Amino acid sequence: MTTSADVDQAAFVRALLEPELPPPNELETPGGFPPERRFAVYRNNVCVGLVDALAERFPICAQLVGDEFFRAMAQCYVRERLPRTPMLFEYGDAFPAFVSEFEPARELPYLPDVARLEYAVGAAYHAADAAPLPLDFLRAFPHERLDSATAVLHPSTHVVASAYPIVSIWRRHMSDDEMTPVELDHGEEALVVRPELAIKVAALPVGGSAFVDALRNGRTFGEAMNAATAVAADFKLIDCLRELLLTGAFVALSVAH
Amino acid sequence: MGAHSAPEHRRERAASSLPARAGVGFKSVHLAEIEAEARDVGFFEIHAENYMGAGGTPHAQLMRLRKDSPLSIHGVGLSVGGAEPLDREHLGRLKTLVDRYDPAAFSEHLAWSTLGARFLNDLLPLPYNATTLAHVVAHVDELQEALGRPILLENPAAYLRFRSSEYSEIEFLREVVRSTDCRLLLDVTNVYVSATNLAYSAEDYIDAFPMSYVEEIHLAGYAEDVDEVAAPLLIDAHCAPVADAVWRLYDRALARCGPVATLIEWDNDVPSWPTLLAQATQAEAFLERRRRVVEDGLKSEALHDDLG
Repeated sequence: MTTSADVDQAAFVRALLEPELPPPNELETPGGFPPERRFAVYRNNVCVGLVDALAERFPICAQLVGDEFFRAMAQCYVRERLPRTPMLFEYGDAFPAFVSEFEPARELPYLPDVARLEYAVGAAYHAADAAPLPLDFLRAFPHERLDSATAVLHPSTHVVASAYPIVSIWRRHMSDDEMTPVELDHGEEALVVRPELAIKVAALPVGGSAFVDALRNGRTFGEAMNAATAVAADFKLIDCLRELLLTGAFVALSVAH
Repeated sequence: MGAHSAPEHRRERAASSLPARAGVGFKSVHLAEIEAEARDVGFFEIHAENYMGAGGTPHAQLMRLRKDSPLSIHGVGLSVGGAEPLDREHLGRLKTLVDRYDPAAFSEHLAWSTLGARFLNDLLPLPYNATTLAHVVAHVDELQEALGRPILLENPAAYLRFRSSEYSEIEFLREVVRSTDCRLLLDVTNVYVSATNLAYSAEDYIDAFPMSYVEEIHLAGYAEDVDEVAAPLLIDAHCAPVADAVWRLYDRALARCGPVATLIEWDNDVPSWPTLLAQATQAEAFLERRRRVVEDGLKSEALHDDLG
């Protein structure tokens, strides 16, 4: 059933989101003045609040493009895509894709992937808790059976593969060190894990993200290895396992009987 | 609060078990200082929606905080004043959070923020009439049913009013309380902001407010803009210390309702812990003076009884 209040709120939202529209005509001010100036308070609250949320979610992107540029870009995103839930820490899931289509940001081709990495970091921050496997357990695991073993990954585990060195860019911006330029001539595959409370970001060898995705989908280590070598013929399994172990990405390993 | 200070028609089952002391909005940057000092803060309040992730730092911190301090959970996203049905998923998330932390109070706003699965992240205004009253009453009922407890409903900050309003804000709140048996969170800063922006008397509003249902008070700083004729237009921004005029209004409210849990809200441009604590200490001084007035009143009453 549609009531007058439904219609009123729809008109209110349309006017909030489209500054060229006049405020809904049922509004009034004490002096009988046009309501534009006061309605602008709501327009501003909505826009600024959501832009702030994106700036908090994508701080390195904001550093990379500068605050003014970032806020202008974020405002375009807000206009196009409002949050679907009141949990603002989920907001911005489509921001990386938006950035990759955002013409004025084309000069920084790595920006969408840095945004993907930042979104993964934020998701890891709020992910479920789980105890990572202790290194001892893994040392004792019979190596000859690894091929047919499957893994349960920590709920915070994310991978982001990029044609650009996103882990190096992320690290440089996270550290207080003087800014040294990052060579853009290679890609990196980022691993994000939050085994306890602190976020860990590591670079996996090429093919590592395919390896992790296969494990996440319930594939055995042998099958994951095949998925990784399909991406990189010289996939460095040992290096990949070392990063996964040290970051605490495994919660359980099991062998099918 | 002593039984004697409670107004006679206060409900048997309070919605809030918060102490009648000053509390602050919890910010994670303050946790180390909160834990290092003997925390002389009556309670902490959090925004529900910031704690709806599955795990990690937010919950780890909240568990630590919860061990030693009463907790108030303040929802900012349910859209109680919305014309649409409540978001059942979000209601479920609120229930999960309330079940997990068993807060001393749960509050939400007389405002709306969602339309067609789009969340606008602001507390938007509604006209006060029979149609909106039916929505708000149904939503408060549903929320209280889901949480299994009465909630506190907060008065909004206003910048405009609606031609289609048939009730005053106070009449509207009274109707909601009467129909749902919910209680009220009186945001004194919102009263001052709305009264300034809509050119009515904040004192009259405080004097008419149904204080017997108030179980928490909010105080915050506002930002100042100007309206069409360069008169002040106040913005509820939670970004500054509480203004003198708001402290005076707060004292006026306390004179009517007695000492009640009082929150300092400072969510933007978050200050240092000592600055925030100083605001709570200031509120505590008002509460203490009001406690003494109540005690003195009881003593003279007792004396009168003895003589009688």
